[in-house]
Amino acid sequence: MSAAAPVQKKAIRFRARSFVAFALTPELPLSGWLRGIDKWLGNSPGFFVGRPVVLNLNALPLPAGEVGELVAELAARGIRVFAIEGESLELGLDLPPLLKGAKSTVIEESADEPGKESADESPAPSRTAEALIIDTPIRSGQSVFHPQGDVVILGSVGSGSEVMAGGSIHIYGTLRGRAFAGALGSDNARIFCRRNEAELLAINGWYRAPDDMEPSTRGRPIQAFLQDGRISVVVLD
Amino acid sequence: MAKVVVVTSGKGGVGKTTSTAALGAALAQSGKRVVVIDFDVGLRNLDLVLGAERRVVFDLINVTQGVAKLSQALIRDKRIEQLYLLPASQTRDKDALTEEGVGQVIAELRTKFDYIICDSPAGIERGAQLAMRFADEAVVVTNPEVSSVRDSDRIIGLLDSRTLRAEQGETVRKYILITRFDAARASRGEMLGIDDMLDILSTPLLGIIPESEGVLRASNVGCPVTLNEPANPAARAYSDAARRLLGEDIPMALPVDRRGLFDRLFGRRAA
Repeated sequence: MSAAAPVQKKAIRFRARSFVAFALTPELPLSGWLRGIDKWLGNSPGFFVGRPVVLNLNALPLPAGEVGELVAELAARGIRVFAIEGESLELGLDLPPLLKGAKSTVIEESADEPGKESADESPAPSRTAEALIIDTPIRSGQSVFHPQGDVVILGSVGSGSEVMAGGSIHIYGTLRGRAFAGALGSDNARIFCRRNEAELLAINGWYRAPDDMEPSTRGRPIQAFLQDGRISVVVLD
Repeated sequence: MAKVVVVTSGKGGVGKTTSTAALGAALAQSGKRVVVIDFDVGLRNLDLVLGAERRVVFDLINVTQGVAKLSQALIRDKRIEQLYLLPASQTRDKDALTEEGVGQVIAELRTKFDYIICDSPAGIERGAQLAMRFADEAVVVTNPEVSSVRDSDRIIGLLDSRTLRAEQGETVRKYILITRFDAARASRGEMLGIDDMLDILSTPLLGIIPESEGVLRASNVGCPVTLNEPANPAARAYSDAARRLLGEDIPMALPVDRRGLFDRLFGRRAA
């Protein structure tokens, strides 16, 4: 920011963009809810890293002081709250900004079927939601996030890329990156691929790294599914 | 119709600048009007590899900022008539480049040349993104090793999303150029095989450049290898790659382990 920088005569352009954020909805008692978060993080450390998280306090109007403590508790767990959603809240400048007029759920975007409004109560993705079909390879560094429904990929998924789906993930090439199925809380989601070179397989927060996969499943067509709280990787033949 | 070709890789040290010089020289030798642009502002090398370092007066940044005219900054190669260099600035950094400035320079070059070859800096930041921004085609330089292949995969993703063509719903035509390929080491399994690399990158192959001391010799004397040692296998591979870039159908020759039995027995290195 040097003072000598030439002043550009350029109109400032504003663009509205929408992002998908995870909304955390704390429940009373808070200590019990935080223990639940700890257990979740124990299964999936780093799940929230780099993801925008909104604190939904619509159903829990806390005094500003307690909101501050809650934000600090979450920060101590590596969860950065970037906004707080809530009616009739008065927050100081030291807290993340208040967000109003949000759409009620994140997954509303792809729920194009009418008569599904009552789904607000259960955030589990509907299996009838439309699948996302991608017919190009997923390159290293790319991230595909389809919060509702399955993801079908006709090419390969490169090392250093990730695919997240509310439903199942089907890959008709080689999986070399990370796959997160059932990402919004579905135990029934599965991961299928024609050749397993995966860096990580995860279903509903449970995950398996290549080091603790059976060597016999490497380089083979596989499916992965949840069984008794752990991921089973089975060769398809 | 002028074509803008970016030579890129993500990873450093794989041979982007050498390949830019060799491909540019080969295209110019086949009669095309060619300009090579060094986008590595602050770490310029293309002038050295082309032996033009003592003739640099104005550079790309000067032109984008309106300090110099394009014709003042272009350096004509002394050996190949149709080959020009637009050097980078060594004293500035990549922040001095603007998209508008680069766009204007490229638009002006399009009216004067058949091929505009952009030598990208390593990395995926501003410099690399501006180098690929206006590209019609891309040569992704890759070494037969896993880190280079993964970085190339990343760059291909950026070519499909961050270029002007991609944003307009068109595609940038992409090719893989495998450099520093050592047939003997590949046959011993010490390097990634060609098939594995192409499987991972799922992108057409432009050429396989064998590892050769001639390439290093050429860089050190400031002369593209296609000109310095035309009979060298690496030079021939670059010439073939340039002809494929022109749309010719040249069969791909896989470099073979050319050591004889005697060399193998005594473990001597092949030249």
